[in-house]
Amino acid sequence: MTGTVDGAALRIEGLWKSFGQLEVLRGIDLEVAEHEVIALIGASGSGKSTLLRCINLIEPIDAGRITIEGEEITARGIKVDRIRRRIGIVFQAFNLFPHMNVIDNVTLAPRKVLGQSKAVAERDAEALLERFGLADKARDYPDRLSGGQQQRVAIVRALAMQPDLLLLDEVTSALDPELVAEVLNVIRELAAGGMTMLIATHEMGFARDIASRVCFLDGGRILEQGPPAQIFSAPREARTRQFLNRIIEAGRL
Amino acid sequence: MFGTLAFVVVSSPGWPRFQASFLNAELFWEALPKVVAKFWVNVQLFLISEVLILVFGLVLAVLRSLPGPVFFPLRLLATVYVDVFRALPGLLVIFMLGFGVPALRIEGVPKDPFVWAVVALTLLYSAYVSEVYRAGIESVHPSQEAAARSLGLSRWQGLRYVVLPQAVRRVIPPLLNDFIGLQKDTVLVSTIGLVEVFRQTQVLQAANFNFTPYLATALVFLVVTIPLARLTDWLLRREKERRVGGVMRASLPQPGERGVGGAM
Ligand SMILES: Nc1ncnc2c1ncn2[C@@H]1O[C@H](COP(=O)(O)OP(=O)(O)OP(=O)(O)O)[C@@H](O)[C@H]1O
Ligand SMILES: [Mg+2]
Repeated sequence: MTGTVDGAALRIEGLWKSFGQLEVLRGIDLEVAEHEVIALIGASGSGKSTLLRCINLIEPIDAGRITIEGEEITARGIKVDRIRRRIGIVFQAFNLFPHMNVIDNVTLAPRKVLGQSKAVAERDAEALLERFGLADKARDYPDRLSGGQQQRVAIVRALAMQPDLLLLDEVTSALDPELVAEVLNVIRELAAGGMTMLIATHEMGFARDIASRVCFLDGGRILEQGPPAQIFSAPREARTRQFLNRIIEAGRL
Repeated sequence: MFGTLAFVVVSSPGWPRFQASFLNAELFWEALPKVVAKFWVNVQLFLISEVLILVFGLVLAVLRSLPGPVFFPLRLLATVYVDVFRALPGLLVIFMLGFGVPALRIEGVPKDPFVWAVVALTLLYSAYVSEVYRAGIESVHPSQEAAARSLGLSRWQGLRYVVLPQAVRRVIPPLLNDFIGLQKDTVLVSTIGLVEVFRQTQVLQAANFNFTPYLATALVFLVVTIPLARLTDWLLRREKERRVGGVMRASLPQPGERGVGGAM
């Protein structure tokens, strides 16, 4: 695979996860090198969100190991709060804090978790907001913002913790089509800046554009993976071809 | 309709007697300052209990919303507490504390009925108020806590900075409702020998063989309680408008600025 054993930003070995009777993840193995951008594709219900939530330790796993830069985060007795600081996650539904304005949304964790002073946290937050075209929104409350702006704030909020790894779960699915581009551009910029990312997405064009590697999830496993050119033009597996054909029929590629 | 009713009352055979023993103007003006003076005791009772209730009720609510088997004993304890104190008639609790505890004559335990009145009202109302808080906590979508935790905030920090501020803001109107009840229930403690407004009124009534002092007391309660009821209604309406129209954002306080105590 791409990363060396020690240099891997993220390594997942034999990850199993079920909800009751439903086995959602059935032995996931994945190794992500630093600066890699992985696109997770697969049918609805194939477990993309579950995988991201397991990596962020929101969901407890049933079996397997997850390692971040050599440290096993699924080990017993590990402090989950300390791990989550290093992993940013952005959800489909933004999940901004509605009772706080933008700047407070962004600075809450740096201040309370990292212990930064208000002045320092706000200075960094303003720089980030500026970089993503949100400088004039710092004092607005989330419900004042468009969906695209809210999602960009959510990304900035995750970035403010300076995570080693960013997980994006269908961050454009809840957006009107005309707002999708602004969010995708932000992610492009992050990729160009070297951020290691795992992106669950239904935007195949975007995945082809931005990903260094595409992973196709099916039946709780990564059935096929490879560079986007290969996956999208010459998929080896019949299931992958089927999935992509359906997408093409739906006009999403 | 109202006029007819008034006519029926005024022309009733008992009216002159009633007027004399319930609507004596001279006595009214004599009683009013005395009643108001003792009402101050009720106000103190109310204010001190209210602060304690807000804190204790919140503690109970937080205990009851702790997840997982580790916290089961605490959850159970809080649940039993709330069930018991909501089931007991208030007067009974006031009696047991106001008469029972001082009767034990334990060294260092205060005998002052004011203290036991505050304790009794706090114990009783905290059970109700914790339920209000709990409804508020549960009304905050779990994705909010997930978002907080995913940023590295601890469970306590997520509760403190993300869940509780939203929960408390939503339950301010029902909380005010409970406090209107508390304000009125302060007269219950007259039964354990605390000379407050109701006891004072009874004394005046007995001394004059006239019920007019009750009218003065009723008026005092109306003057204090009705504005509180109006405020509650106004807050409810504003909350509804905010949800519907997305207005009023500018008036939202900054995070951390408004704790629970400041919510009232
Ligand atoms: N908390 C949960 N409890 C029970 N079942 C769940 C839970 N979360 C997810 N599932 C189930 O697990 C399966 C995988 O869900 P997941 O959300 O990971 O899929 P997904 O690939 O992200 O799908 P989508 O593309 O629709 O977002 C689904 O069948 C879903 O119903
Ligand atoms: Mg999903």
